[in-house]
Amino acid sequence: MSIGWYLAVSAIVFAIGAGGVLVRRNPIVILLCLELMLNAANLALIGFSRMWGNGDGQVFALVVIVVAACEVTVGLGLIVALHRRRLPIDVDELRELQG
Amino acid sequence: MSTLVFFVAAIGAITGAIGVIALKNPYYSVLALVGHMISLAALFLLLRAEFLAASQVIIYAGAVIVLYVFVVSYVGDSAPALGQEPSRLAALGAFACGAALVVELLIAVLGSGLQAISHDGAPYHAGFGTPGAIGTLLLTRFLAPFEIASYLLLVAAIGAVTLARRRRGLDDGVEERTPVLELGDVFRTRPAATGTMAEAGGSRGVSEP
Repeated sequence: MSIGWYLAVSAIVFAIGAGGVLVRRNPIVILLCLELMLNAANLALIGFSRMWGNGDGQVFALVVIVVAACEVTVGLGLIVALHRRRLPIDVDELRELQG
Repeated sequence: MSTLVFFVAAIGAITGAIGVIALKNPYYSVLALVGHMISLAALFLLLRAEFLAASQVIIYAGAVIVLYVFVVSYVGDSAPALGQEPSRLAALGAFACGAALVVELLIAVLGSGLQAISHDGAPYHAGFGTPGAIGTLLLTRFLAPFEIASYLLLVAAIGAVTLARRRRGLDDGVEERTPVLELGDVFRTRPAATGTMAEAGGSRGVSEP
């Protein structure tokens, strides 16, 4: 398969993730959609890495995985903190930063 | 054969992604994400990124998903508040944005006129994408990003613990002090049960030392 096919899959998955961030209101699902977008970027990076026969893109993808893990940890920590304070788990309700 | 595997994995990845955003129950969304990630790992294998395919399955489909499942189970009580549908207009707008993004990205990528993207990629040489090759790169050329990533993980772990810990505070009789340090503080004993797990969980039931 040519690299273009992989890039097409990556573009479609990225757009699905972006649409999910726009349409869903549960912050957990929004985090899942961020994961989708990061995964799409990883696929493109690895595709380009294969295209040039160079390992740099794979190292970049590994760093993206690490950053995604950090983002998930902090994001889910925020959601747990919200739940503890009996705040609604809904991004539309949480638009004011009044603590 | 690789064409067949590619199409199966690509359809699996896209179906999983649609499942993540379409399913109502966040628990099922997480399970759809597992399917998506395993399909994506198959695509990584087709691109000869063995180490990344393995770490995708172990880190994402293993560790990160377990974290999601725990949080979804924990927050699950407030699910009724999530029942409201997004308005039809918002859904339509998001769909239009997503479709426009697909078209734009496909034009940008496939219409770029790059010769190389219509080929199978550079000739494969043994050792490409193996743990050894990635490890050599990480410890020679990309040593600084590697170290910074490890600090980032440390900071994120501390941040998550600080954010999510219980703040019931201390019960009556144990005074909370303003955090101003003086030289005398070094020699003073701390109030009972501060700096312990009892502070996080409430000091009820903790016997005074």
